[in-house]
Amino acid sequence: MITTRRLVKQFGRLRAVDGIDLDVRAGDIYGFLGANGSGKTTTVRMLLGLVLPTSGEIELLGSRMPRAGRRVLPRVGALIEGPAHYGHLSGRENLALLDAAGPGGSWRTRRARIGEVLEQVGLAGVGRRPVKAYSLGMRQRLGLAGALLRRPELLVLDEPTNGLDPQGITEVRELLLDLHREGTTVFLSSHLLAEVEQLCSRVGVLDRGRLVLQDELAALTAPTGSTVVHTPTPDRVRAVLDGRVTATDGERVVVRGADPAEVNARLVGAGIAVTALSLERPTLEQVVLAAAGTSTDRVEAPR
Amino acid sequence: MIVVELRKLFRRPRTWATIGVLNALPVLVAVLLVVTDLAPRPGEGPPFLSAVLSNGALYPLAALAIVLPLFLPIAVAVVAGDSVAGEAQAGTLRYLLARPAGRTRLLVAKLVAVLVFVLVTVLVVAGVGYVLGATLFDAQPAAGTSVSGTSLSSQELSVRTLLAIGYVAVSMLGVAAFALFFSTLTDSPLGATMGALAVLVASSLLFTLDAASPIAPYLPTRYWLAFVDFFRDPIHWRDITRGLALQGVYVGVLLAAAWANFTTKDVTS
Repeated sequence: MITTRRLVKQFGRLRAVDGIDLDVRAGDIYGFLGANGSGKTTTVRMLLGLVLPTSGEIELLGSRMPRAGRRVLPRVGALIEGPAHYGHLSGRENLALLDAAGPGGSWRTRRARIGEVLEQVGLAGVGRRPVKAYSLGMRQRLGLAGALLRRPELLVLDEPTNGLDPQGITEVRELLLDLHREGTTVFLSSHLLAEVEQLCSRVGVLDRGRLVLQDELAALTAPTGSTVVHTPTPDRVRAVLDGRVTATDGERVVVRGADPAEVNARLVGAGIAVTALSLERPTLEQVVLAAAGTSTDRVEAPR
Repeated sequence: MIVVELRKLFRRPRTWATIGVLNALPVLVAVLLVVTDLAPRPGEGPPFLSAVLSNGALYPLAALAIVLPLFLPIAVAVVAGDSVAGEAQAGTLRYLLARPAGRTRLLVAKLVAVLVFVLVTVLVVAGVGYVLGATLFDAQPAAGTSVSGTSLSSQELSVRTLLAIGYVAVSMLGVAAFALFFSTLTDSPLGATMGALAVLVASSLLFTLDAASPIAPYLPTRYWLAFVDFFRDPIHWRDITRGLALQGVYVGVLLAAAWANFTTKDVTS
């Protein structure tokens, strides 16, 4: 659905995006992670033809961007860096104007489609209120409604849960999962690791304009081959499983060996109380921190 | 796309407020003239104003002459300067372009919307002027008097009035082209509007300066008042055609520059 080859964007002396090769496949929920300023938004803007690449190629739904924008973009729904609307008009009118502004949205079905997406994002009863009277969360929902208006095959969402309360975040997550089940591919740019971990099937991590990681989420957080044991007596574990203990942190002991049952049998056999037992898996946070460096909005003084 | 832009423009309260304010000055002038009965002497004050007390049919032209030097250009510069930069500032530009509206199409639609605004504004000013002239002054609908002193039939007068309205609209198109070009350069609508007005102020100032006479024929405001020449007998075409040609060159060059800039720029707003 999205393929980039050696994509570069240079702003003056700054290389905002430095040769990235994205690969988003049909049916993915792709989590595009990166710290603030790592080049996420510039990449999203290049995908949508707003920013023109310095070099490299972009393929969107199988066609070269930005050349094929007029043909391809009507099949893509986008939320770019927060919603934006005409404040003096109502939500409905905003959606109608946006729909009429480009190809691929028939005016015959417009009213019905607008009603449908407003229902989907939970704004069906909002009436004729002008958008300037909306709360931040309502604007975010309206932005999402605009992205869904033409039943896109691909959703490109930049921070879609920004400004929503916890219930709203859950609703949006459910909505995205529903759309995904119906066959929509989702490209989700975010710096919220928890959001990506709960939603995404594939993950790409951007650090200072470089794609440092791109893989299935399941592969990234696959078991490490160790077992985590919780016990009130960590010293005795170390004594029984001689040499297999790789780390101890309070009551938490990491033991080499990918079979918790075997570890449990030996500990229980030795009369050691085990309060919890699990396979060790790295969290997405650990994976991302290991792959990416320090935050890019930190500006250290030169030494 | 053009319909979308027109809907956006004319559903905006500010558009109508601008047109309303624009008409306030001619109304005030008309009321003052009627109350005091003190018309400026011929050759003083805005063109046509000296004649309106005796012939209200000239008031549409007097109204245009009143708003032309300052009010009308400000209104046009505000709307045209806002056209692209305003969308950029509000953030709606990125959604329009990702829709995709198409950059060239969007620019053309913006230009047409500004053009329609110019025409509507000029027509409203002329229309209000007509109503004022017909109600407050002694209108002589049967005929008028040319600036040269000969009399014009009412048919001649209305044709010439329409020509003059068209000429003013073309002059304002030059202002719009400046503002639209600046509007593609910046994300600040105020900056674009001010830029266009700065050009006009500079042009008006240089026009009064003898030392600037070599470049005077190329100043954008040089031939603005040539619409008066439609009411000479016979019509004095020299300045009118020069004015049209000059505006044509400005509009062409500036729109080409606006297009070249807008279609190749990174939209980061």
